[in-house]
Amino acid sequence: MFTKIGQTQEESVRVWFEGCEMTVGKGLSVAAALLGEGITHFRNTPVTAAERGPFCMMGVCFDCLLVIDGQANLQACMVEVSEGMCIERQCGAADPELDPALAATANRGETTP
Amino acid sequence: MTKHYDIIVIGAGPAGMSASRTAAAQGARVLVLDEQSSPGGQIYRAIEKPHNQRRRELGSSYQDGVPLVHGFRQSELDYVNAASVWQLSADLEVGYSRDGIAQLVRADRIIVATGAQERPVPIPGWTKRGVMTVGAAQILLKESSVVASDAVFAGSGPLLYLAVHQYLELGVPVKAVLDLTPAKNYLGALPALFGARADFAKILEGWQWKRAIGAAGIPLLTGVDAVRISGEKSVESVDYRRRGEWQAITCDTAFLHLGVVPNINISMAAGCDCHWSHNQACWTVTVDDWFNSSVAGVSVAGDGVSIGGAAAAEAQGGIAALGALHALGRIDASERDRLAAAYRIRLRKEMGIRHFLDLLFRPADRLRVPREADTVVCRCEEVTAGQIRETLDLGCCGPNQLKSFSRTGMGPCQGRFCGHTVSELIGEASGLPISEVGYFRLRSPIKPLPLKELADLAHSSKE
Ligand SMILES: Cc1cc2nc3c(=O)[nH]c(=O)nc-3n(C[C@H](O)[C@@H](O)[C@H](O)COP(=O)(O)OP(=O)(O)OC[C@H]3O[C@@H](n4cnc5c(N)ncnc54)[C@H](O)[C@@H]3O)c2cc1C
Ligand code: FES
Repeated sequence: MFTKIGQTQEESVRVWFEGCEMTVGKGLSVAAALLGEGITHFRNTPVTAAERGPFCMMGVCFDCLLVIDGQANLQACMVEVSEGMCIERQCGAADPELDPALAATANRGETTP
Repeated sequence: MTKHYDIIVIGAGPAGMSASRTAAAQGARVLVLDEQSSPGGQIYRAIEKPHNQRRRELGSSYQDGVPLVHGFRQSELDYVNAASVWQLSADLEVGYSRDGIAQLVRADRIIVATGAQERPVPIPGWTKRGVMTVGAAQILLKESSVVASDAVFAGSGPLLYLAVHQYLELGVPVKAVLDLTPAKNYLGALPALFGARADFAKILEGWQWKRAIGAAGIPLLTGVDAVRISGEKSVESVDYRRRGEWQAITCDTAFLHLGVVPNINISMAAGCDCHWSHNQACWTVTVDDWFNSSVAGVSVAGDGVSIGGAAAAEAQGGIAALGALHALGRIDASERDRLAAAYRIRLRKEMGIRHFLDLLFRPADRLRVPREADTVVCRCEEVTAGQIRETLDLGCCGPNQLKSFSRTGMGPCQGRFCGHTVSELIGEASGLPISEVGYFRLRSPIKPLPLKELADLAHSSKE
């Protein structure tokens, strides 16, 4: 179970996760802030809908993808929380209309000569 | 107009900070790009936060970063934080994004100092939520003071014990530590201990961490040769095999670690030659004595070349910068060699212990290349070891073909957590040496880039 240690007198911001309001430390990444609140379910995979949460915390695994303020495919471990931020789980593949970030690279089917 | 610098350094860890300071000290116009919010890299992450500078519990090596970051801040250079680099082209153009805006910059020389990432740990259940890397535990601690109580730590290598020791010093309860170092490695590494004698203090420190963990009553089990994660949707237990018998430890968080491997995506996409290191069991960038890669104008330094640790990274960054300054005609060869001498001594000393560590902590074959058919290899596309072996049996030969046949490596992480396993799986099936098997062909953008950013970029460059 994740918890916060040390004095937590630091400044905080209010964010909404799946419609629930929470107060989290300013300057934290979205991933750290949610984990600190005991949340580990960030997304469901496009292939089997398996539940996933952050794995690497350093921007390399892409298992922490969330929809933040309406923009999909954002790496929660690389984005800082900000006042009034609206955070939602990302379920399945991101809607390419919403944000075609992944379409730009990931689905570039490659064939070898 | 695209901005032009003498030298662009990608990464502000020990290697990048040292390279950029060295270059700026000689009057070069230097730009440093790093995706973290503050300088320090992985080891000295968030070191500018006052509470971390007071935290003795993080260990003495962490505090070594204070003067380095201070010196970096004092240097005359442009540093851009939260800047994620998605392109390095062979004609030395760098593309990066910050706050949703993509930009292009150019330089006469590029120094890639992108460090390492955790090695994949493809064991059954490693994709379940609640499973994270030991590096992730450290990042959460240093950056956010978020910790997991009663977690199980499983793996091998110095960082495993460092992280558990940090938890212990901070009073965070640890459920158990499972040491996956193969027993035969101890004997195999013994002769290399001679070369590591100059660094006896480091070996002693590791041993003291281990002893402190045992003395604190944390179950520390050595000789574990297999691990799997059980649970319906998230971690419910970590199961391990020791002396042929399976046991389970109930927990909701597991931290895994089998060492780190170079973060090669930028170098590979730029076209730098890489080769497989047998001892480190990973892809490493091919460089010369001045850390020049095979691509003209591109140097690569630090753990992004091959794993050498923070002090070696710092020395390599300095040497790479001196090489680049000489190539730019800013210093002559004798000045370059004179200034590099101290870095070279430091580097040689650091490399003494490396061979020993490589041999001791080389993960067992069965941990790198999963035996179980249903173990996930590609986390993004959820492709299992069994599916990959079947595809290979059909006669598919290289990593790129495997990618188009099975989608392995096609997800957003772009092979970062399956590429090594894939190379080794193909090596196993084909009998070819891994260097010949090769790696996925990587192309820019090496991080997903929203089309809107790309379109805005094209628009602004037309103006
Ligand atoms: C998670 C983790 C934790 C670690 N913790 C420790 C530790 O506590 N003690 C220890 O001795 N060793 C640690 N290491 C090992 C580490 O590799 C150190 O040896 C050392 O940090 C290496 O220095 P470096 O300068 O080569 O790379 P790093 O310190 O890794 O620095 C690389 C920098 O490049 C940046 N970067 C990477 N890719 C991009 C990109 N595309 N765009 C922009 N910036 C980019 C990163 O943000 C990072 O700041 C850790 C490694 C990892 C992966
Ligand atoms: S947790 Fe791995 S990318 Fe965010």
